[in-house]
Amino acid sequence: MNRFLLPLAAFVLLLVVLLVGLRRAPEKSILPSPLIGKPVPQFTLPNLFDTTQPVSAESLKGRWLLVNVWGTWCVECRAEHQVLLQIKQQGRVPILGIDWKDQNEDALAWLTQLGNPYERVATDGDGRVAIDWGVYGAPESFLISPAGTVVYKHIGAMTEQVWDSEFLPRVDAAPARVPGTTGSGS
Amino acid sequence: MRALLLCVALALTGVAAAVDTTQPLPSPGLQQRYYQLTHELRCMQCQNEALADSSASLAADLRVQVRELLLAGQSDDQIRDHMVARYGEFILFRPRMSWRNAWLWGAPTLLMLVGLIIGGRILYARSRLVGSDEADPNDESRAS
Repeated sequence: MNRFLLPLAAFVLLLVVLLVGLRRAPEKSILPSPLIGKPVPQFTLPNLFDTTQPVSAESLKGRWLLVNVWGTWCVECRAEHQVLLQIKQQGRVPILGIDWKDQNEDALAWLTQLGNPYERVATDGDGRVAIDWGVYGAPESFLISPAGTVVYKHIGAMTEQVWDSEFLPRVDAAPARVPGTTGSGS
Repeated sequence: MRALLLCVALALTGVAAAVDTTQPLPSPGLQQRYYQLTHELRCMQCQNEALADSSASLAADLRVQVRELLLAGQSDDQIRDHMVARYGEFILFRPRMSWRNAWLWGAPTLLMLVGLIIGGRILYARSRLVGSDEADPNDESRAS
C-alpha cells in the first residue's frame, strides 16, 4: 500500500499544478505593464486637429483620462470604436487618442466616417512614444489618474464589460478634484 | 524553361533578403554588441522571436532604438534596463538572477538533488539486499 501512496501523491500534486496552470492561462497571455503606478512617460506629440497645439504629458493632468492607442490599420480598433463613442457619450472620462504609426489623412477620414470619440488625438508617426508607453499591439487603453499616474492598462479591444468592471470603479474610487473642468483642446 | 529558372531565382532572392535592414553600426565592437542584444531581446508582438529575426514593425522600431542607444554610448545593461522599464522582464529571453526568479534558477538544482537522494537510497537498499542474500543459507531457490 505504502508503495503506491508516494507516486499517487506525486501524481495528484502534478495534476493540481497543471490545473492551476490551465486556469491561469488566459491572464498569463496578457503581459503586465511595468508602467502601472508610475507617472505617464514624458512626451510631446503633434495634435491631429490643431497643429499649433501639441499634446504633452503635462497636459494630461488634472482629471481622469483614458488614453487609447489606435491606428487606421488596426482591425480590432474598428471593433472597439463603438464602445469608445459610448464612453464619450457617457461624458465621465475624456479620451485622448494616440494615433500610432499612421497617416494623418487616413486618421481624419476614419474619424469622419466612424465618428470621433476623442477629445484630442496625438499623432505618433514613427512610434517612438508608443515604445515609451510599452505599447506592443493596438488597441491598448490606459487609465490616467488626475495626478498623472498610469492606473490601469487594458490590452485589446475595449468592451462595455471591461469599461464597467475595470475602469469605472477605479474612477469612482477617487474622483477628480475639479469635476467639470476639462482641458482646452477639443 | 527560362521562365521557370527565373521563378526559382526570384524565389531564392526572397529568402536571401535580410529581415534586419537597420544601418550597420560604425565599429565592429558596437555591431557585435548590437547583434548580441537584438538576439537576447524578445519581439513583443510575436513573443517567441528575437528582435533580430522578427519582421514585425515594432521589432524594427526597437532595433532602431537599440542602435541609437548603442551610439549614445549606453552600456548593455543600461539598454536592457531601458527595455525592461517599458515592456517588463518578459522582453528578456534570459531571466535575471534575482530573488523573484530564485525558484526559476533554483528548481533544476533542487530537482537534481531530489533525484540524487532517491537514486542513492535505492542503490543503498539494493546493496544491502545483496549482502543479506549471501547470509541466508536457507534460501532454497538458490540451491540447485
